[in-house]
Amino acid sequence: MSAPILQLQDIRKNFGGITAIENFSLEVFPGEIVALVGDNGAGKSTLVKIISGVHTPSSGTIMIEGKPVTMSNATMGRAHGIEVVYQDLALADQQTVYMNMFLGREPLNRFGLLDRRRMIDETEKLVKELDVRIPSAHATIRDLSGGQRQGVAIARATHWASKLILLDEPTAALGVAETAKVEAIVQSLKQRNVGILIISHSLDQVFKLSDRICVLRRGKQIGVRETKKTDKNEIIAMITGLQQQ
Amino acid sequence: MTSANTGTEVGSFVSRFNLQQYVVYLGFLAIFLFFAFMLSDSGFLTVRNLSNIVLQTAPVTIMAIGLVFVMSAGEIDLSIGSIVAVSALAAAVTIASYGMAAGIVAGLGAGILIGLINGALVAYVRLPSFLVTLATMGLFAGVSRSMTDLRSISVTNGAFTGFFGSGSLLGVPSLIWWTVIAIAAGHLVYRETRFGAHVLATGDNARAASVSGISVPKIRLAVLTISGGLAGLAGLLYAGRLQAAKYTLGETDLMTVIAAVIVGGTLLNGGKGSIVGALVGSLMMGMLNNGLILMGLSVSDQMIVRGLIILTAVAVSLRDKSR
Repeated sequence: MSAPILQLQDIRKNFGGITAIENFSLEVFPGEIVALVGDNGAGKSTLVKIISGVHTPSSGTIMIEGKPVTMSNATMGRAHGIEVVYQDLALADQQTVYMNMFLGREPLNRFGLLDRRRMIDETEKLVKELDVRIPSAHATIRDLSGGQRQGVAIARATHWASKLILLDEPTAALGVAETAKVEAIVQSLKQRNVGILIISHSLDQVFKLSDRICVLRRGKQIGVRETKKTDKNEIIAMITGLQQQ
Repeated sequence: MTSANTGTEVGSFVSRFNLQQYVVYLGFLAIFLFFAFMLSDSGFLTVRNLSNIVLQTAPVTIMAIGLVFVMSAGEIDLSIGSIVAVSALAAAVTIASYGMAAGIVAGLGAGILIGLINGALVAYVRLPSFLVTLATMGLFAGVSRSMTDLRSISVTNGAFTGFFGSGSLLGVPSLIWWTVIAIAAGHLVYRETRFGAHVLATGDNARAASVSGISVPKIRLAVLTISGGLAGLAGLLYAGRLQAAKYTLGETDLMTVIAAVIVGGTLLNGGKGSIVGALVGSLMMGMLNNGLILMGLSVSDQMIVRGLIILTAVAVSLRDKSR
């Protein structure tokens, strides 16, 4: 097996006197989908913010491709090749698909002006590769369906992520057919040899997509299981802390 | 996605595009044709009258450009009218003692400074721009009154009045040059630069802009500073054209500028707008003023009719936009 793309070692995060995360360690390998599950308030979103650079851990080490990194904001996370797809879609609704794709990182031409041609071409190429079915790269985000929007958000993350894509409840706001479409897109990202960490409430989805499952409860890491070697009952027991027969 | 689904999305996209993008041009055309017929023997259609309209609207157009940036970023600037008076007076007083260059610096500087104050309070103290600029509007209306004790200051510097008001270059009046250059520059910055894109993203979804690495506070500071600077320039244009400055300059422009910008297709809530639309909106307001005067309406009737027409125009252009 190749070296892990992301390694978290003994991560701890305190907010004032409250410990949100403790003793958390996880490795994500390239081409692998790891699911992070846990009940509300288990610390999943704190962990997302730590990995994306929004929060700095109180102690512990984050390593990317074996090198320890320190991040104090999301820009630094992005600089390390980590992209996040948020559940509430961090898209600018009234802008076009291609402007959203390059939001904050717009390419410029030799006159120092926006290079629209390049943005449109690259958007169309990526959208085709990922099979995100949108009318065109010129479409305005608000004219798209929820699934198409999430497709755009994932395409953007894919375009920029060289190491890790973090998906925070990517299908929470979607219908059945759209969820299936987004799941197919996530599945296809494995070929791109980046690590994928997905947070989901849906155990069906977790079992469908992931290679390994990491369970969090009240800020503590309960365990990591290979998806093939576990079942829903075991994971539910780990999430709730109740033994099941 | 089924193809039928995509079809309706494209359909609604087209109809919304038509209504929103062209309402200002249709309104402009309708008002133009109305006056052209009604006032065919009152001189509305003469080259002199039409170019007069453009000259008179130059300051409003310049202010409208600033307000497009401000509103696109999801903010508002109510202080522009007061900035006009302060800048014009600052320029007039300074020119009298120190000459043209110092006067320009004083006029523009006053506008930029007030814009910076607005912007800093909005961006870094995180006060709503509506309240901040409402307060500075009142504050600087007072400042402009106290600057010269309500007296009017005449501007006799010929170079200044020529450059900013009554002069011409290559047969084209300087106010038209100012309008054309400001619109072209504003459009370029708004549509074709990273800054313009970041202004739109900030007004559209500040959180998305922020997580995309855009410094939202800097954008807010910048748009209000630009607006202040352009209102300062409008003050110089008034002082140049009227060859005098008074506290009343710009007093009634706020409503006209806001109407021009909204009719021109800029959303009050941010994220979408048009510099060229604001120009057409501004010309439409100027044409309305001019036509109503030529029709012989009394000042009070003019105000009522103008208010009603602006209300209609704004209602039509806002319909289904602010969904």
